[in-house]
Amino acid sequence: MSHPSPSVHDHGTSHDAGHETMHAAHGSLRSYLTGFVLAAILTIIPFWLVMGHVIASPQTTILIVLGLAAVQIVVHMIYFLHLDTKSENGWNMLAFMFTVVLVVIVLGASIWVMYNENANMMPMSPQYIHHKQGA
Amino acid sequence: MPDRPAIWNFLLGRLSLSSLPLDNTIVVWTFVAVALGGAALMAMITYYKKWGYLWHEWFTSVDHKRLGVMYMVLGTVMLFRGFADAIMMRSQQAVAFGSNMGYLPPHHYDQIFTAHGAIMIFFVAMPYIAGFMNFVMPLQIGARDVAFPFLNNFSFWLTVSGVVLFMTSLFIGDFSHAGWLGMPPVSELKQSPGPGVDYYIWGLQLSGLGTLLTGINFVVTVIKMRAPGMTLMKMPMFTWTTLCTSGLIVVTFPILTATLFLLSLDRYIGTHFFTSGFGGNVMMYVNLIWVWGHPEVYILILPMFGLYSEIVPTFSGKRLFGYSSMVYATASIMILSYLVWLHHFFTMGSGADVNSFFALTTMLISIPTGAKIFNWLFTMYRGRVRFTVPMLWTMGFLFTFTIGGMTGVMLSVAPADFLLHNSLFLVAHFHNVIIGGVVFGVFAGINYWFPKAFGFRLDEFWGKLSFWFWQIGFWVAFGPLYVLGLMGVTRRLSHFTDPSLQIWFIIAAFGAFLILLGILSFVMQIYVSIRHRDRLAVGSDPWDARTLEWSTSSPPPPYNFAFIPIVHDRDTWTDMKKHGYQRPMEGFNAIHMPKNTGTGVVLAALGTVFGFAMVWYIWWLAVVSFVALIAVAIVHTFNYDRDSHLSAEEVSQFEHNGNWEPKAQGATA
Repeated sequence: MSHPSPSVHDHGTSHDAGHETMHAAHGSLRSYLTGFVLAAILTIIPFWLVMGHVIASPQTTILIVLGLAAVQIVVHMIYFLHLDTKSENGWNMLAFMFTVVLVVIVLGASIWVMYNENANMMPMSPQYIHHKQGA
Repeated sequence: MPDRPAIWNFLLGRLSLSSLPLDNTIVVWTFVAVALGGAALMAMITYYKKWGYLWHEWFTSVDHKRLGVMYMVLGTVMLFRGFADAIMMRSQQAVAFGSNMGYLPPHHYDQIFTAHGAIMIFFVAMPYIAGFMNFVMPLQIGARDVAFPFLNNFSFWLTVSGVVLFMTSLFIGDFSHAGWLGMPPVSELKQSPGPGVDYYIWGLQLSGLGTLLTGINFVVTVIKMRAPGMTLMKMPMFTWTTLCTSGLIVVTFPILTATLFLLSLDRYIGTHFFTSGFGGNVMMYVNLIWVWGHPEVYILILPMFGLYSEIVPTFSGKRLFGYSSMVYATASIMILSYLVWLHHFFTMGSGADVNSFFALTTMLISIPTGAKIFNWLFTMYRGRVRFTVPMLWTMGFLFTFTIGGMTGVMLSVAPADFLLHNSLFLVAHFHNVIIGGVVFGVFAGINYWFPKAFGFRLDEFWGKLSFWFWQIGFWVAFGPLYVLGLMGVTRRLSHFTDPSLQIWFIIAAFGAFLILLGILSFVMQIYVSIRHRDRLAVGSDPWDARTLEWSTSSPPPPYNFAFIPIVHDRDTWTDMKKHGYQRPMEGFNAIHMPKNTGTGVVLAALGTVFGFAMVWYIWWLAVVSFVALIAVAIVHTFNYDRDSHLSAEEVSQFEHNGNWEPKAQGATA
């Protein structure tokens, strides 16, 4: 915003393009509607699954709902946040991938660590009692 | 709540006269000294009529160079505070044996080690790295300012807010005694009902927000504002490390904010995230805080790696050895730093498989770091090395940091960690890497870039004296702690029973005294240099350096570059000098710059009031200041008067009157 960058395009560098090409597309009515309809469908299905007790096993229902939630995230990112591989010369996608990797590491490893802590260190946990009885 | 009419409880929350630590003589005398010193400073500023100058030219400035200098001043002031804590601990441990309980009661001692750790990390090291990144990075990439100049100013003042809350805790109420990471259950309301932990939480929330905004700002600046021709692999190493550190900040600091927020929910509304009962899980706090805490140490060290990578080539007269391996090492450290956090709590009982995974990743991360050490050595190899003060600090770093790294690998062996955990060996290790890596880097950087910021060099004699006192003092102070740690002495103790240990603590206290002389020599160096600034005056490029910041005048004009440079080579300035670059003296254009604004100061001041109100349960003030905070932020978005213009004539004046030419005595060996 403050940078009076001269519009020099030198040596075929890819970063200092004019302002018009830098910004991500803001989407059209069509893309917003598509996103909205998809998001609505992906919300209604879990609602229906839970309220109608469609599947007998709650375990399966939970897994399906979580799966649909993951798809929902992707829909939001493509249609509402306009994430694609080209905007901002790919920096958006790169930042996104970096975030996904770190979120997976932080959440995954935290669950792994806390599961083990819980199993090994909490005196009232079933594993501990089992271990004691086994010993 | 104190026993008094309800209206007072409403107006003042739990704040009362008894909150003032009048019974503690050390604190009272500190207060007297600080109050007298502060009053003298204020009186001097008023007498010389400098308030307007400070406000218009510095406090409200959105110029990244001014903000950089202010960060450095803040870091230095807080270094004095943090070091005062350190020397108190060292002298207490040197005398508190047997029947002698020392001069610090345990409750006070606990606050001192908590404040020392938290201040040194958050308000010394972080402001210093933010200062370097602010001052250097935009100049290195040929930009005129950062991407969001107002945000930059706001970030600085948020950091100051945190400092103000921490310093207030010294004189009103007390400070946290739960260690620098505020570990529950000690930091929970039941164990710490006083305001100390709340000071800690709100101080860190405010400054943490500032750090996060800095991170966002710098990522955008590096990605979007490089001079034409500067591809990623032509960026100076310091800019690379700034990018990686800022990336780490953006991803990591929200974890700290969220964790402290959960802790404050426990303390304020009675949730049980981290309590030891009602389903709370203390281990979850330890896990979360280290998910932030480990990347944090790389946030501190990466910019220093970049800084050494600028200094070594300059004073070796060679280009950096293994530039691409340096970049890849930095990037892989950035990812790997997220895979090692459990090594801070091997002993918590995750089991063998989890521990071995994190032990292996910890050992792995020493490989890219080791590669960097070799790159610096190979850069020096067959170079014409000039042993200037910045280079001395760098050599001290190579020696000290490598040993610190090796004791780190020892600690990464999980079975060994079971013996060394929580011992003075650990204390010696992390001081070894943080002093040897970060603090030495800070002094190297100050000596290196000072001429760019002010147009004169720092005095060599006092600089060398400061270096040797620090270097020797460090080993005298922390060598004994390694020994004591191997003997099994635990950290954070205010009293010992075994008299045979005392000699080691006396040696360590002597080392701290040597470091004190190092700090005083640094103060003396600044003072002497300012006195002899005419004799020490230099031109735009005193070190025959290699990157773009040395192509502009010292100090640089507000707009940095009259013409945005075009980059052809990694060592851009060396390349320009080789091709006989002539500075253009005419044909200047008007330059559009951001305008200064006081909004950042106002917002941060309101934030400080909000934090203080929350600490003391003054709910009406918290609500009022919070609403005011939001209102000012919204009003600022309607401020369209954000531009200032420098005419072509003004630019021409700057370019003709700026400090460019080498002075007669200015050139260095």
